[in-house]
Amino acid sequence: MTDVSSKIREEARKLLKNGEVDVIIGFEKGSIPFSATPCFVRNEADTDKLIWNEYCGNNLARYLSEVRGKAGIIAKGCDTRAIVELIKEKQIQRERISIIGVPCEGMLDRKRIMMSCQRKDKTGIEDQDGQLLTRGDSLNTAVKKDEFLYPACHVCTNRNPVMYDVLIGNTIEERKTDDFADVTEFDEKHSEERWAYITDEIGRCIRCYACRNACPLCYCKECFVDSTQPQWVGKTTEQSDTLSFHIMRSIHLAGRCIECGACERACPVLVDIRILNRKMSADVKNLFGYKTGLDIDQPAPLSIFKPDDSEEFMLDV
Amino acid sequence: MDYKSIRKSEITEFLDNLIKEYVIFAPIEKDDIVLYGRIKSGNEVILDYSNSVNSPKEAVIPQLETLISCKTDKDITCVKEHLDEQEQFLLFGARPCDARSLLFLDKVFSDEECKDIYYVNRRNAVTIISLGCTLPQETCFCTTTGGGPFSTDGSDLLFIDIGDSYIVQIITEKGAELVEKLDLRKTQDDELTGMDMLIKKSRASIEPEIELDKLKDKLDRSFEGSAWEILAEKCLSCGICTYLCPACHCFDIVDEERKCEVERIRLWDSCQFPHFTMQTSGFNPRPTYKERYRQRIMHKFSYCIDNYGMVGCVGCGRCVTQCPVNLDIRQVLTSFYGK
Repeated sequence: MTDVSSKIREEARKLLKNGEVDVIIGFEKGSIPFSATPCFVRNEADTDKLIWNEYCGNNLARYLSEVRGKAGIIAKGCDTRAIVELIKEKQIQRERISIIGVPCEGMLDRKRIMMSCQRKDKTGIEDQDGQLLTRGDSLNTAVKKDEFLYPACHVCTNRNPVMYDVLIGNTIEERKTDDFADVTEFDEKHSEERWAYITDEIGRCIRCYACRNACPLCYCKECFVDSTQPQWVGKTTEQSDTLSFHIMRSIHLAGRCIECGACERACPVLVDIRILNRKMSADVKNLFGYKTGLDIDQPAPLSIFKPDDSEEFMLDV
Repeated sequence: MDYKSIRKSEITEFLDNLIKEYVIFAPIEKDDIVLYGRIKSGNEVILDYSNSVNSPKEAVIPQLETLISCKTDKDITCVKEHLDEQEQFLLFGARPCDARSLLFLDKVFSDEECKDIYYVNRRNAVTIISLGCTLPQETCFCTTTGGGPFSTDGSDLLFIDIGDSYIVQIITEKGAELVEKLDLRKTQDDELTGMDMLIKKSRASIEPEIELDKLKDKLDRSFEGSAWEILAEKCLSCGICTYLCPACHCFDIVDEERKCEVERIRLWDSCQFPHFTMQTSGFNPRPTYKERYRQRIMHKFSYCIDNYGMVGCVGCGRCVTQCPVNLDIRQVLTSFYGK
């Protein structure tokens, strides 16, 4: 058991014992290799289940608006950014949650780890003393864990929780400011190339809505895509319908997406259209000088009006 | 049981010959993931794979299917049924669990009293060549649900990997006819001995062992229990488990306007979606995660036994591998079974 896990258990026990919370939302060991799974702990004895490792990739803030009672939550940087937005949007109340913050050096992509040895020339992969070793017919090869970091973790600039009641361990060094190099690169591509990328990715979409359901900010009681009266979006897996869903979701998250990558992590067919949300974030930053999920007192740019707001979209008369 | 053999190096040619007669669906690798899809040439197929992300059910119950279309022209409304003559097609390299799932789907869509003509039309055109599992994954549990890594249920031919060659086990008439058209070599006795060892080893590696009728009994008594709420607490209510499941078959029917026609389309639907049971009155009998998750388990492991005499799960493990929150159906089943 790691030091972090034991400290998490200790804090969770305290919160439950003192009656400060009714439930702790954290992670326990998963049932398959390279996994951790969300768990809900309601009594002190069960706090021993809680763990922390590089497979705790789910954004647990997703559960906060649904859980009953006061909740304690084990939160990474991105989870806390989601909490900030949820408080701002009045989905949860700050005083009803206790945040056990954990600095995070990035989470590993279980599916890509498993995929790296799904073909039979490699028979397995193991985590040995912090190093990943693939087993094969010929040689055991060491793979750097960083190679399996989730894409969102590569550009994360909030590896430390932005808000917490207790912090486990010490803060870690943040990466330099996000310069949205990926967005610039994508913008510079020819429109046909951009279109080809997006349509190719969403061509695999099976409309299972795991992206939406894993998203901490997609909490609408009825999603526009589920509505039948009226039916805003067609329900088929044809390009126009699938694309409508993804683009509308992305726009709905403009200035709200905290770029945790939960959507991409949940996708069973590895659709990666984070670039849409990244583009939204870049636009919101450029137009309003705003980054989501940092400060509960800073109003969300798309829910207020300022006389000097950018009005580039206005037509000159 | 009849056997033939084929060298691995001859597989591409084998498929290229068949492609002249059949539309072939097989496992292919695209953008790092293995998906079941239509191939144009034998060399696209990969057979050293564990299992595909999607299931081959798409071949018999496509995610999107036009049933009828209507068009009004000068006050005359024409209704066209989209039940075209079906090309013969081949599911090649499907895992035995997936082949077995078609027997289950047959019970749903091709029952004596109630036949779904669209399904039957496609199903009659399918020949299945499955590939036995010498190396089951950690998430496989086919033996739990009545199958096995070399189960012949649902397959016309079963390929068994014995190193440089595959042994071809001939299971049905359809399979025998197909083999006759091809020039396959005779299987050696020592190949068969090796095969038996492989089968035993593979079977022994799969867990858990559950007596399904006992499980059903316990599930039936659990309906009102508190366990479901706790089990489903982390569920995201997405459709991954149902859409990737080779046995899940629920659908929705919608009318869409396309190209000046109205098409009546059948689409996959999922019992995990809140709107699945939404009634026109606005009442939803399965409003929360608890009722929806319970429905999925009860349907598969209780109601299907009542209705079809077979569980609605073949133990392929896709829902285990792909669940974004690792809600493991095996743990759910053992949690009831153990009580």
